Amino acid sequence: MRLLSTYLIGVIFGVGISISGMANPAKVLNFFDVAGTFDPSLILVMASAFVTAFVGFRLVLGRKAPIFEDGFKLPTRRDIDVRLVGGSAVFGIGWGISGFCPGGALPALGTGRIEVFYFVGALLAGIAIANFLQGFAGRTRSFVRA
Amino acid sequence: MIETAFTPVQSLAGGALIGTASVLLMLTLGRVMGATGVLAGVIRPNNLSDAAWRIALLLGMATGPLIVMAVTGQMPAVQVPVSTAALIVGGIIVGIGVTYGSGCTSGHGVCGMARLSPRSIVATFTFMATTFATVYVVRHILGA
Repeated sequence: MRLLSTYLIGVIFGVGISISGMANPAKVLNFFDVAGTFDPSLILVMASAFVTAFVGFRLVLGRKAPIFEDGFKLPTRRDIDVRLVGGSAVFGIGWGISGFCPGGALPALGTGRIEVFYFVGALLAGIAIANFLQGFAGRTRSFVRA
Repeated sequence: MIETAFTPVQSLAGGALIGTASVLLMLTLGRVMGATGVLAGVIRPNNLSDAAWRIALLLGMATGPLIVMAVTGQMPAVQVPVSTAALIVGGIIVGIGVTYGSGCTSGHGVCGMARLSPRSIVATFTFMATTFATVYVVRHILGA
């Protein structure tokens, strides 16, 4: 039940990404190309998703717990640090170069287009590199403390 | 560069489905729908059941285009106006950025913004700004 419902939620997300145009790098890049072939569609995707989630979260988070778990697992940090801002800035550079963001690319794998697999392969490599660097930085810090 | 048409109806409807999926994941598993977090957890899962729901969600996502194909008779458009090298270099940069930044368009831009999380609001405005700047530089200064 739990896995079937999660699968179906993935389907809803994947259909939403597909019809919204977020899986299409040409459309995404045109939103950011105000000085060129501008296509404002993306702002409507974000606005519509935001309003739906804003209202929905208020209803859902009024519950004591989610249906299949004992409690909500929400990010609790509120501090703005260099990692958050720097990482997000770097993400935007990659998004601007490739035209894919992770949430747009994962459903697009279903189209079977080889370009999507190139991007997702590189995305996984980037995540692995960052995990390695973070682990290395962590080890270096504990070594210095010791 | 490839011109694309403004699609207000599809984009509003697609956004509503993305928001609905995020709300339903919160309702059932109590988790944030973030592509970065889901994917990162598949690579390094805490345990079998943790890996299972992430894989189920990813399989569902990839089924999305097939459902669209079945209903409309057409695969959703994936038009790639950049080179393979740009896809790969961009992909690596995105992977590093979202890991350090703890999220991407779905996690920060939709879920975090909807929860009015200060970190997500800062993250979203930051990556939107650098994406605008990058596209401007690539298309109008470098002329690629």
